[in-house]
Amino acid sequence: MVDLIIDDKDVTVEEGATILEAARSAGIDIPTLCYHERLSPIGSCRMCVVEIEGFPHPMTACTTPVTEGIKVTTNSERLVRMRKETLKLILVNHPLDCPVCDKGGECTLQDLVHDFEIDSGGYQIEKVDWEPVYSTPLIRYWPDRCIMCLRCVTACREIKGLGAIDIGGSGFGARIAVVDKDKCESCGECINVCPTGALTENLSRLKGRPWMVERVMTTCTYCGCGCQLEINVLDGKIIGITTKDDVGINKGSLCVKGRFGYEFIESEERLTRPLIKKDGKFHEASWNEALNLVAENFSTIKASHGADAIAGLSSARCTNEENYLMQKFMRAVIGTNNIDHCARL
Amino acid sequence: MAGLATAFGSGAMTNPINDVFKSEAILVTGSNTTENHPIFANYIKEAILRKGAKLIVIDPRKIDLVDYASIWLRPKPGTDVAWINGLMHIIIKEGLHAKEYIEERTEGFEELKACVEKYTPEYVSDLTGISISDLMNAAIAFGKAEPASIMYAMGITQHITGTDNVKSLANLAMLCGNIGVEGGGVNPLRGQNNVQGACDLGALPNVLTGYQQVADDEVRKRFEKSWEVEHLPEAPGLTVTEMFNVAEEGKVKAMYIMGENPMLSDPDLNHIEKCINSLEFLVVQDIFLTETAKYADVVFPGVSFAEKEGTFTNSERKVQRVRKAIELEGEAREDYWIISELSKRMGFQMDYDGPGEIMEEICKVTPSYRGITYERIEKEGIPWPCPDESHPGTPVLHVGQFARGKGQFSAIDYKEPAELPDEEYPFLLSTGRVLEHFHTGTMTREGRGLNMLYPELLAEINPEDASSLGIGNGDVVHVASRRGDIEVKTTISERPDKGVIFVPFHFKESPVNVLTINAIDPIAKIPEYKVCAVRVEKVG
Repeated sequence: MVDLIIDDKDVTVEEGATILEAARSAGIDIPTLCYHERLSPIGSCRMCVVEIEGFPHPMTACTTPVTEGIKVTTNSERLVRMRKETLKLILVNHPLDCPVCDKGGECTLQDLVHDFEIDSGGYQIEKVDWEPVYSTPLIRYWPDRCIMCLRCVTACREIKGLGAIDIGGSGFGARIAVVDKDKCESCGECINVCPTGALTENLSRLKGRPWMVERVMTTCTYCGCGCQLEINVLDGKIIGITTKDDVGINKGSLCVKGRFGYEFIESEERLTRPLIKKDGKFHEASWNEALNLVAENFSTIKASHGADAIAGLSSARCTNEENYLMQKFMRAVIGTNNIDHCARL
Repeated sequence: MAGLATAFGSGAMTNPINDVFKSEAILVTGSNTTENHPIFANYIKEAILRKGAKLIVIDPRKIDLVDYASIWLRPKPGTDVAWINGLMHIIIKEGLHAKEYIEERTEGFEELKACVEKYTPEYVSDLTGISISDLMNAAIAFGKAEPASIMYAMGITQHITGTDNVKSLANLAMLCGNIGVEGGGVNPLRGQNNVQGACDLGALPNVLTGYQQVADDEVRKRFEKSWEVEHLPEAPGLTVTEMFNVAEEGKVKAMYIMGENPMLSDPDLNHIEKCINSLEFLVVQDIFLTETAKYADVVFPGVSFAEKEGTFTNSERKVQRVRKAIELEGEAREDYWIISELSKRMGFQMDYDGPGEIMEEICKVTPSYRGITYERIEKEGIPWPCPDESHPGTPVLHVGQFARGKGQFSAIDYKEPAELPDEEYPFLLSTGRVLEHFHTGTMTREGRGLNMLYPELLAEINPEDASSLGIGNGDVVHVASRRGDIEVKTTISERPDKGVIFVPFHFKESPVNVLTINAIDPIAKIPEYKVCAVRVEKVG
């Protein structure tokens, strides 16, 4: 264990911890932008600079490991000035197009600019007309909004283990680019970690501000991983899927199906009325008609051929409660153990 | 699941997925994890890239995980028992087996040892096509790792020897003392959101909830009392594969199918169609008019996961909440409502004030779910067994003792698949899924998103085969088996081995299950989707 002092507070952490981790464990907040708990420290944004007694220059808290006995200051006039300058330099490239940006209202950059009371950029350079160099049919990249924090690149490499994207170009011309087109799975991990609106979901035709949208936490309907996701609902319509970094086995990650495979829910092909087949053709029917017809037929077949002449298939797509009821129906009501589902398929 | 139940006394993932961070070695076999369990695959990759675990992939396909593997063995499809016995032979010869653990916690080791004696590296290499040195490397890497975990999926179970394959993996894990320890385990990755739950809740012909045997008088008596019925049937019922066969013979007259699409997912579809046509009465309950629903006499419109409350149990046995996000469309209704209404009309009262009340009943009749309430899983799911409301749940099974007492080794010999390539049908067909689509495609083939990425079916074929057949990328081929034929576009890929064609089963336009064989594992009744013989010819 290592003892140190942060803002006059005694802190003890495990060896190898960073100053940022030590501060957070002691409930001391240091502003960050590129830092993400699931990723190795990137150290690109310089927002988390702190002063260490005896060292002339501030250091980034996210990349600096603790050492025994150091005294750290996380907030001073000098640090605030530096952080403000950092934000102003970021805003040289980043447009203040918050009113039309999907991320407005839950953007880390927007929050920091607001917290540090920056009302104008102060610096200007010649405007660059960017060509998007990384986009998939489902993910849109906004190069002008990108602050090159490299969270997306790091997440693609470390969380997905893919490394499909990296920095392309250099200097002011550097932007996120695809290095291996075949590797990108459109999983949207990059969208999930982006602290600004530089990467957005490109599928939903409807958009809504976070405070207008209801987010319902539920379990994904696809494979057995059981990822936790939020269905975003605006005026009764699904406008997208989001995640929370601290919820579920997926910790914010999803695959392409989980993040983008939601359109079927509101498909026009969905069945909305019971159907009864007469002379080879389906006709819409009332619930009463359909249920009575089924009850009658099951009862007749059971009476004349026995309960085992009826078989039921339950579903791995349905809930536990529904599966329970289906097998109860087959066993207690029909009177047969002819009940199975697609586990074998 | 029958395989694991025999060996350990419980058939489910023994360990949670984040345990791979504690594994020294991870053996992945018969699971294309990155495409079928992408988030689990993230964990495996992180374990390798950031925690230093060693990955051993044993799979006939050159799946994406091979890029992350220290060792990749490419056995001939359907030779799993042979290579597993081969690994055990080497591990025992090298003295890498966990002698104390075997002594204290297992039974049947001597029989196993005698059985694998003849599976020398030379013999196994002959059967599987794996080189002797690769076998040695894999066996030693697995045997030395403390602990090593095993992940498998349908590539292991969808064979006529599926149960044997699973028992063999259980043998291998016990041999190295890897069961009941963090970072170890034998982990079947469940392919659908709630396969685990459907099994747990008794949607199986031989067990009631929590794997309580229908043949057990005591069990039935308890359920008769709880459900207030005079008599529950005692003879185990028919499995899905058997139901259709029996329907063809006229012994099953009516079927009630909820949320399943056998007319695309089951083997030998021409045969399934015959069986379905011989039913007197078919009821299908689904959210779309599926290929199966088209054959129905009555179709009930159900609702999707986004329109209902309830729980799913994930592959790690964790029971998690499902919550209603949007209102029901038209007159579609929750499945629980439909079943209750039908039940009432047949003279059996089912009155539930929503799924919460059903869950309360589940807890009462199911020991392993007893302590799981909606309130407790509001924020985070709980893995069963959870015997009471103060119990935190059980992430790792068989710690200290196996569910059945002692772990059971099974001495198992290699058997050939039901249908191997021959002169007339020289190719081996294997089926499966792709990342962008799910099962029979009823969900993923709707809408624009996923279909922009994977718009049409592509059969994977090896470059050498493509060149000898004169096929270019995107050419259409005619694939025929003894049971039927389809036409399908190809993609030339290193993934399948020479002589193997891989066809996903999501596409109704080219239903690959027209070709597959209705040969099933005698115990688990799982069809052999991973091996059958076909002929492949260029069209035009």
